[in-house]
Amino acid sequence: MTIFTFTLILLLGAYLAGLAGSLTGLGGGVVIIPLLTLFFHVDIRYAIGAALVASIATSSGSASAYVKEGITNVRLGMFLEIATTAGAVMGAILAIYTPVNIVAILFGVMLIFSAAMTLRKKSEAALTVGSKLSYTLKLNSSYPSKNGPIAYKLNNVGAGFSIMTIAGILSGLLGIGSGALKVLAMDTAMKVPFRVSTTTSNFMVGVTAAASAVVYLQRGYIDPGIAFPVIIGVLAGAFTGSKLLMKINVNSLKLIFSIAITLIALNMIYNGFNHKF
Amino acid sequence: MTTKENKKMNDYDMEQLIGQVLRYGVLISGSIAIIGGIWYLYQQGSGTPNYTTFNGEPAGYTSLTGILKGLAQGSASEIIQLGVLILIATPIIRIFFSLVSFIIEKDRLYIVITSIVLFIILFSMFAGLKV
Repeated sequence: MTIFTFTLILLLGAYLAGLAGSLTGLGGGVVIIPLLTLFFHVDIRYAIGAALVASIATSSGSASAYVKEGITNVRLGMFLEIATTAGAVMGAILAIYTPVNIVAILFGVMLIFSAAMTLRKKSEAALTVGSKLSYTLKLNSSYPSKNGPIAYKLNNVGAGFSIMTIAGILSGLLGIGSGALKVLAMDTAMKVPFRVSTTTSNFMVGVTAAASAVVYLQRGYIDPGIAFPVIIGVLAGAFTGSKLLMKINVNSLKLIFSIAITLIALNMIYNGFNHKF
Repeated sequence: MTTKENKKMNDYDMEQLIGQVLRYGVLISGSIAIIGGIWYLYQQGSGTPNYTTFNGEPAGYTSLTGILKGLAQGSASEIIQLGVLILIATPIIRIFFSLVSFIIEKDRLYIVITSIVLFIILFSMFAGLKV
């Protein structure tokens, strides 16, 4: 295979990753790592570098629209970014001491968890009374809907912050946005309505990934020959996805994608245990 | 909201500004990646990819001075890395703009919170965690 064909296939793969990632809300990074490692036999460290770049591209690309619409809770994102960036730096340090096969196994587990999270029931309910800390930190807000702005209040800020730290560590260690864990922290712990939690999570992914990407770039994980088809492909895919999202029903797609992701994850875990990385 | 509307800048303005920063960051880095990528394929497209073993990238791709030096020589790989650099910088610049917005809004709590996030990222950048 020449670099030219490698680039073309990777460009197509990254396009599909960006498309699937934006339709299911999982982000572009999760598909990039198995695509590179299992299909192209690229070293997982280059794959992590590429996935970080993909995560930042999808996050920034779609967040620009959501932020303007006022759905994203910028203050909540900013506050929780303390946890995710600190976690991401810890994760990037941990990565030095973690054998690559363990990274692969952890990634597989994270994939299965993400797949399960895609299929969960979403709660649009908004709390009317928030915890004390949510007022002190000015985290309560409202988001626009067809019937006018909907106000919501938050709970369990401490628990949400803790889960965010773990999300950050995994993001720094595995090179993914850990969007699924971020949504879990906001939906399940803090009771943020899911439209707000998904967009705020997406908004935070870019900053979290950037915190570890600056380390990985200096460590030589980010290769230009892999990075450019990934950036272009993922951006184009995410753009198509955001247009399609309004027109198609994504429920069956989510199910198929979750099953596919789980199979890929099992493959990664199996290879990890057999030291094939 | 009535009190906020009297201020020079409110949350709505900040959201529009952040949205623009993210959009332009992505557009610029994407365009540079396309230009660098085409140039890269023209130069090295017939070679064989070799990523099965991890060697780490040479210093030219991993530091700002290295990338700038390569740009001066018209090297395709460094053009792509410049695009990557802008992409990574985009969310960081976004935090910086948020900080400025909170300063204009005189939101002390969030000036502190945003500064902490900015500090963590700058620490990660310059602390020599590269090993």
